[in-house]
Amino acid sequence: MDKNKDIKELLNRGFTSLESRLNGGAKTELHEYRKKALNKFNELRFPTVKDEEWKYTNIQPVISKYFKPAADATATAGAGDVEKFFINRNDFIHLVFVNGKFSEELSSGWKDTKGFKVSSLKSAIKNHPDIVSKYIGRNAAIEDNIFTALSSAFIEEGTFIYVEKNTAVEKPVHIFYVTNSNEEIMNAPRNLFIAGANSQIKIIESYESLSAGAYFTNVVSEIFLEEGARIEHIKIQDEALSAFHISRTEVSQDKSSNYLSYNVDFGGSIVRNNLHTRFNESGAENDLRGLYLTSGEQLIDNHTRIDHAMPHCQSHELYKGVLNDNSRAVFNGKVMVYKDAQKTNAIQENKNLLLSENALVNTKPQLEIFADDVKCTHGATVGQLNKDSLFYLKSRGFSQETALRVLIFAFANDVVHAIDIVEIRDYLEKKIAEKLATEL
Amino acid sequence: MLEIKNLRAAIDGKEILKGINLSIKKGEVHAIMGPNGSGKSTLAQVLAGREEYEVLEGEVLFNGKNLLDMAPEDRAREGVFLAFQYPIEIPGVSNVNLLKTALNEIRKYRGEEQLDSMDFLNMIKSKMSLVEMPNDLLQRSVNEGFSGGEKKRNEIFQMAVLNPLLGILDETDSGLDIDALRIVASGVNKLRSADNSFIVVTHYQRLLDYIVPDFVHVLFNGQIIRSGDKTLAYELEEKGYDWVKEHFAEFAGKQG
Repeated sequence: MDKNKDIKELLNRGFTSLESRLNGGAKTELHEYRKKALNKFNELRFPTVKDEEWKYTNIQPVISKYFKPAADATATAGAGDVEKFFINRNDFIHLVFVNGKFSEELSSGWKDTKGFKVSSLKSAIKNHPDIVSKYIGRNAAIEDNIFTALSSAFIEEGTFIYVEKNTAVEKPVHIFYVTNSNEEIMNAPRNLFIAGANSQIKIIESYESLSAGAYFTNVVSEIFLEEGARIEHIKIQDEALSAFHISRTEVSQDKSSNYLSYNVDFGGSIVRNNLHTRFNESGAENDLRGLYLTSGEQLIDNHTRIDHAMPHCQSHELYKGVLNDNSRAVFNGKVMVYKDAQKTNAIQENKNLLLSENALVNTKPQLEIFADDVKCTHGATVGQLNKDSLFYLKSRGFSQETALRVLIFAFANDVVHAIDIVEIRDYLEKKIAEKLATEL
Repeated sequence: MLEIKNLRAAIDGKEILKGINLSIKKGEVHAIMGPNGSGKSTLAQVLAGREEYEVLEGEVLFNGKNLLDMAPEDRAREGVFLAFQYPIEIPGVSNVNLLKTALNEIRKYRGEEQLDSMDFLNMIKSKMSLVEMPNDLLQRSVNEGFSGGEKKRNEIFQMAVLNPLLGILDETDSGLDIDALRIVASGVNKLRSADNSFIVVTHYQRLLDYIVPDFVHVLFNGQIIRSGDKTLAYELEEKGYDWVKEHFAEFAGKQG
């Protein structure tokens, strides 16, 4: 028996409405995939805390809502509403989506590109159906993940980036998924980022809201790095505190590619991020950095998995959290080192600072090694601020409050201070300081 | 400036300071010597306000104010500075940020205006030369990755910037090679004036060749058992701390 039958029925009706919008698009290969995904969605059940992967994150509050697809939302937003989110109006390429719909009016810089394609997924489906079909669903399988099945059934909008080989894209691409709705809507952006051989690109993905609705973002991103490619990917989740956010980012890395990920969570009521990278070939590396600042009743869950399937690859993972009030966080990081993955170098760390007695973190770093010539370390810490540091600052005249603020900021800022896009780094530093100031 | 009367303090229930009496006037430098475990560092920490220590009895007046009633930050703002024996590393907080924040908190407490950025930088630069600090140090995180000598120099540099009335140097000489010792001592000597005082806590007489004290006190088993001028330091160096221990037995006998 499926007690979440209602939400399924509702989403199936949403699917019918999607089909009616597609016109000719309903007869494509992609649509066959959508239908397959919908069937899978209907077959699968929503996870509960009895499932090992969801042990500490109860998503019943999410699925007991009656979300309708964002495309059916009534509210919109104009330039005046969205302007405040831009970090560098002139020098970045902007793609703006409001309630799941691409806004050509609010976006800029994406049309005239040389050596790379940036567009909404909808226009990519129309203009480059072969590329879309080739890559979509390749990294994010629908078989065992109901949220991916759901996302795949509704593949319509999102961001498409395709960088041709040997192209270094200078301007960062900043994508905004803005929600403005007091209705219970579901945003299902679908991202496809493909970096051809020896190409480079910087992508910033921001989730912002203009209202305090209990909406739901269910995003799936598939990222492909071909030989020697480099992607710097910054995901900033600043949803409304009443919103739900579930993300799945699937990354595949070919030979000697380099994926740098920053995953920063400020907002959301219940948030679950799944980040999975896989080394398909040797010599590749990645650096996964995460930061979650939680307060009130927030729950932020980061599940990461790094598959060292090939030799001579390096991964470096650092996730940090600052938790206050009754908030909770989950960190589950798996590093799998396969039999053939000799000379693997993997470092994983999760550090948490609890500012309140009621805050709770469940951390589980996991290292599974089947190769014998590897260097791997992992560790997790949960604690309060170092007393010696506090006394040191106070002995220099810092008030207790200033000392705390400075030390907590330094702890958190450690995750983002190496971002080389200066405007983004400054923005995040300011944002971290602001969130901490309201928490203390 | 500083009056310590019958100060007794404990940590984890163990009494370390067993009745310290000490009086320091403006412009004086007092050396406190003694063997390991005698309570030298405890005295320094208690004066700076380390919360882990429990004051059992006694009084400490700093310019007439009750120092023991003050939070550590207020002691700093009143003009007490402790140069740590083991300076703390604070990743992510730059030296310049620490000094600017500290200085402005102190100025705010004293009802003075916040320091203008240019004035601050000029002042910092002049103080850096006092202890021969390299320029890049300002932007580096506090003590992170510093050598032992750099950390001690950084303490004296901070002291130069914050310009306290009472500087307490807790074994600043330990672990310093002779060149670093000379730099640190010359920094301290340049800061000496008729208005400020220093307590120099040390295990060895060596530092006192460079920072010449007005008074030397021997601390043993939580009490000052002997006081004198700088020649006492030489006597200690010559006869060793065993002599102190014997002397202490005699002293304790007299007390009894």
